[in-house]
This record gives sequence, C-alpha cells and structure tokens, in this order.
Amino acid sequence: MAQITMRQAISDALWEEMERDEKVFIMGQEVGVWGGTYAVTKGFYDHFGEKRVRDTPIAEAAIVGGAIGAAMVGLRPVAELMTINFAFVAMDHIVNEAPKLRYMFGGQMKVPMVIRTVGGGGRQLGATHSQTPDAIFAHFPGLKVVAPGTPADAKGLLKSAIRSDDPIMFIEHSTLYQTRGEVPEGEHLVPIGKSVVQRPGEHVTIATYSKMLQVSLQAADELAKEGIQAEVVDLRTLRPLDMDPVVESFKKTNRAVVVEEGWRSYGVGSEVTARLYEQAFDYVDAPIRRVAQKEVPLPYNRTLEQSALPQVADVIQAVKEVL
Amino acid sequence: MVLIRRVEERAAELYQQGLIGGFLHLYIGQEAVSTGLVATRQPQDRLITAYRDHGVALNVGISADQVMAELLGKATGISKGKGGSMHMADVTKNYWGGHAIVGAHLPIAAGMALGDKYMDSDGITICMFGDGATNIGFFHEALNLSKVWDLPVLWVCENNQYGMGTAVDRHSAVVEIRQKAEGYQIPNLRSDGMDLMNVIAETEKALEHIRAGNGPYFLELMTYRYRGHSMGDPERYREKDEITRWQKNDPIGIYHRYLLKEKIATKANLDKVEKEVETEVEAAVEFAQNSPEPAPEELYTDIYVEGS
Repeated sequence: MAQITMRQAISDALWEEMERDEKVFIMGQEVGVWGGTYAVTKGFYDHFGEKRVRDTPIAEAAIVGGAIGAAMVGLRPVAELMTINFAFVAMDHIVNEAPKLRYMFGGQMKVPMVIRTVGGGGRQLGATHSQTPDAIFAHFPGLKVVAPGTPADAKGLLKSAIRSDDPIMFIEHSTLYQTRGEVPEGEHLVPIGKSVVQRPGEHVTIATYSKMLQVSLQAADELAKEGIQAEVVDLRTLRPLDMDPVVESFKKTNRAVVVEEGWRSYGVGSEVTARLYEQAFDYVDAPIRRVAQKEVPLPYNRTLEQSALPQVADVIQAVKEVL
Repeated sequence: MVLIRRVEERAAELYQQGLIGGFLHLYIGQEAVSTGLVATRQPQDRLITAYRDHGVALNVGISADQVMAELLGKATGISKGKGGSMHMADVTKNYWGGHAIVGAHLPIAAGMALGDKYMDSDGITICMFGDGATNIGFFHEALNLSKVWDLPVLWVCENNQYGMGTAVDRHSAVVEIRQKAEGYQIPNLRSDGMDLMNVIAETEKALEHIRAGNGPYFLELMTYRYRGHSMGDPERYREKDEITRWQKNDPIGIYHRYLLKEKIATKANLDKVEKEVETEVEAAVEFAQNSPEPAPEELYTDIYVEGS
C-alpha cells in the first residue's frame, strides 16, 4: 500500500467520486481557480470544469443552503466551508434545515449533501479561526458528523459520505494535512458510524478522534516504553456515535481517558464519559479522566496557544492518574 | 381561492377550540398570489414558500383532507403529522414546502434552481416570501448567488405590508421592495397581487423571461392579510379601517366580478362552488378528526434515510 498524505487521500476520494458519479460536484470559496485554500482541490477546476467545481461568493448561508437545495432535487453536492469557524454564519442551514427537512415533511425529502470543513487550532490564527467546535454539530439529530484521524479513514469515510443519502458534516483538521499513512488504492470505503481500535492494549482505554488520535498514539508509544499498554479507540464518527468498541475495551481495561481538542465543557469527552458510566459502571476501577482544551479563547502567541491545546504530556499524565 | 378561505376560516375555529396546536398563520386576503403562480407554472416548475403555506398547499393540489389532518397533527396529514401548519410539502407535485425560518428557504431555492440548471432541465424554481424576509442576510446571499450564476429562479415577494406587526416603512430602508432586486441587477416588477388575472399575466411574462435563459426575475406582488400575523396577534399596529379598505379590494371579489362580467360564470355557478367547498371543508374536518394519531414508533422514523 502507498504512503500518502491526508491531503492527498481526501483529494483522491473527491476525485474518484466525481469521476464515478456526474451528480457529485463541489461548491465553496476558492475551490476552483485557486485550487482550494488547503490545496485539496488543486487541479479539479481544469479537469472537471467550472460547472462541477464552483467558486462561490463569501456567503456561507448561500453555500450550505444552495447545496441543500441542489441535494433535495437529486444532486450530490460537496459544499466546502473554508474553516469550521465560518460554519457559524451558516448555522441555520447546517443544524436547522439540512437535518430536519426529511423528518418535518414526513420522509418525503432527502438531503444527500456533504459539508467538508476544516477545524482545529495550533496555527496561530487567533481565537476566531482556531476552534474545534465539533461537539456542537454532533448535538443535532438528523446530521451526521465525521472527523477522521488517519489518511486511510479520511479517504474511506469521505467516499462513504458522498454516497450517503444523509447530510454529513465532514470535519478535517488543519494540522493533519501533511500526516502520512497507508491508504488502499482505488475503491476503499469505511462505514460511517463505526469506531475502531487503532492500537491494542490492555491497561487503559484512550477514546479519541481526529488530531487527538495522533497525539494519543504518540502518548501510547511513550507509555509503552514504561510498560503501559494503552488501547486507543478512534471514534471517527461523532454522530451516530458507536460506543461498542469503547465499552468493549473498557470492560477489559477498567480505566479510561477521553481525549479531545475542543473545550471540556459539554464536549465529546463529557458524552463518552457519561456513556461509559451509564453502560459499564460495574467495570469502573478509577474515575474516568478527560483531556481537553483549556477553557479560554485560543491566543495568538505560539507558546500560549500550545499551552491551551492538549499535548502528548497531558495524555500521559491523565493515563497515569487513572492507573 | 374560495377553498383556501373556507379551510382557513374553519382552521381558525379549530385553533380556538384547542384542536390545532403551535402557530397558525392564515393566508386570508393573499389568496390570489399563490393561485396565480400555481395556475401559470408548468409541471417542471418547482414551488417553495415560507410558513404561511396552507393556501399554497391547497393550490398545488394537496387535498383539504390532508391539510386539515396535518393541522390536527394526524397520521393522515401530508407530513404524517410531524410538520404541522408551517411544514406542508408534496414533492410529487413539485411543491417543496412550507419553511419556518424567515428567509432560510431562499438559499435553498437558489440551490434547487442550480440543480435544474446543472441537469439541463428547463424547470424554474418559484420562491415565495414576505416583505419581512427581505431584510435578512439569507435574502441577499440568495439573490446575489442567483444572479452571479444566472439561475432559473422567480423570486416572488408577497408584500403584505407588515413583517409580523412592523410596517414596511418601519422595517425596510426601501419601501419599494423591488428596488433591492435592482441592486443585484435582477429584472423586477412591482404589481397588484390582489387581482388574480393580473398575477397570472405578470407571472407568465416573468416565467417566459427566465425560461428564455435570462437568469432570475423578481416579482413584488402587493397584497394584504386580513387576519393577524398568527393567531396570537393583538393587532395593535393597524386600524380596523385599513383592513376594511383592503377588503373592498378582495381577491375573491375581484375575480368573481371578472367572471361575471366576462360571462365566464353565472351567479348560480359561483353559488354552487361555494356550496361544494363548504361540503368539502366539513368533510375534511371530519376526516381529520376521525384520523388516527401517528403511531408511537413514528417518533423515530424519517430522521435518516434507511440503510444510508
């Protein structure tokens, strides 16, 4: 298998799905002539043309709302929001229209749309451009929220998302584009709504996703040097959330740490922790710990910013606390 | 138009009896607008509107039974009792709802028109909204996109003079709403929305313009709602005289006078229609009241597409 970057994996998924199905098209800011602000759609405009690679105005409600309308009448739009921070200005369409149309009209409509967007801090972009608000979007029934942590999953999940008949928020991480990994060539599909064990272990369960999967895997490597074997479970999809591999792992290790990049309050860690207590209370040997971002708007200064974001050392410390 | 009025008058009574919950926004007074649009559109033309949607639903051919059952939240309602007053659609009739967030359906309408253009269909999306919706960002993003991409969409502003209880001159910097379309270089017209034959004539021209490949068109139709914004409206913002003045210009009255003058119908014909409608509405109320509640398991259906 080839070692490729996350950027390439996502780009390949889009390219293959557009080749496979004429109804798939891309719309968003700078996706065309520019080639995508993260260069994911570089070369698409020349190959697929302006009909299928559509540059939009800076008007997020029109991007998401337009994609919803096109999806309702039979197309399969991939709407790109340059960053997840801009999703807030399209919030009504993301959480109040797309996930509800099918239900409200008694099953008459479907909205096969993917919103591709980029979240995460660590690039000194300041408080308004550095957020990881994934949990907010996972709050709404009717929307599916996918956030891959490896190139292989990014490719397989994006291809599945484009083929799904439901509205899907596909959240990439801005500091993962250069991350390399093995990716099967050609038809590679990963099911949405399935968590997976990325690294087996017996002493402690680490449940995480996206960028924090990579951080957690590094922490697990460090811990292994001390003889601590952490089992790392990648959630991959935040809604619908598949707890089975997490619970199964926890029943074996009886100890867990949940790692996310977003703020701790009302977050993914809160949800996973609560579900572990609900579903496996008899197996708890130590209080479950949450590792998350400090509860501050992210500062510009690099040192301050990094001190607010969860680091490998924070995961290691949390693991040691539960052991 | 007579059917719409009688269904809604009856719905208001049922609301007061507590049989209809939530909001109920009546269309009484504005009937000529959607009647004219629906009479003029072709089968491939899509229609989408805001929350004042019962009249539009009846016009596209959703039965009084299905409308009434939806208002009563019954399983036989057009949206299986899960949508209510503001969410009625029938995609088999190319009618895409009933949308409750002011202005949010405008970008969606632009997207539907994009779909038709993308698929080389000659369908046009007709998107209705009130004057109150023209101040929100959605409106401007959607109009701009429709012009930038030359989308086949007919924007129809039903100017009923008030955004809820705030008069146009108190909520909009330009009182002539069509001027906002001017700002996006979208051809536009302000016209009488109380006279059905006028609505039909202007809609025909607008659809012809769009179908010829000229991109969007904007129609501002002047109309008036006789009832409150919704059922809980104290109506402190207008005088009774104003309503009476508009009622002299009633869309049903104008149309009936036209039919009689042109000898298209006789008084006897019109009386017969009125009687038939009364029977139809009473049957619809009975149908709705006798219909079952949605099954408990309906709570969990239609959230995601099965197997997707």
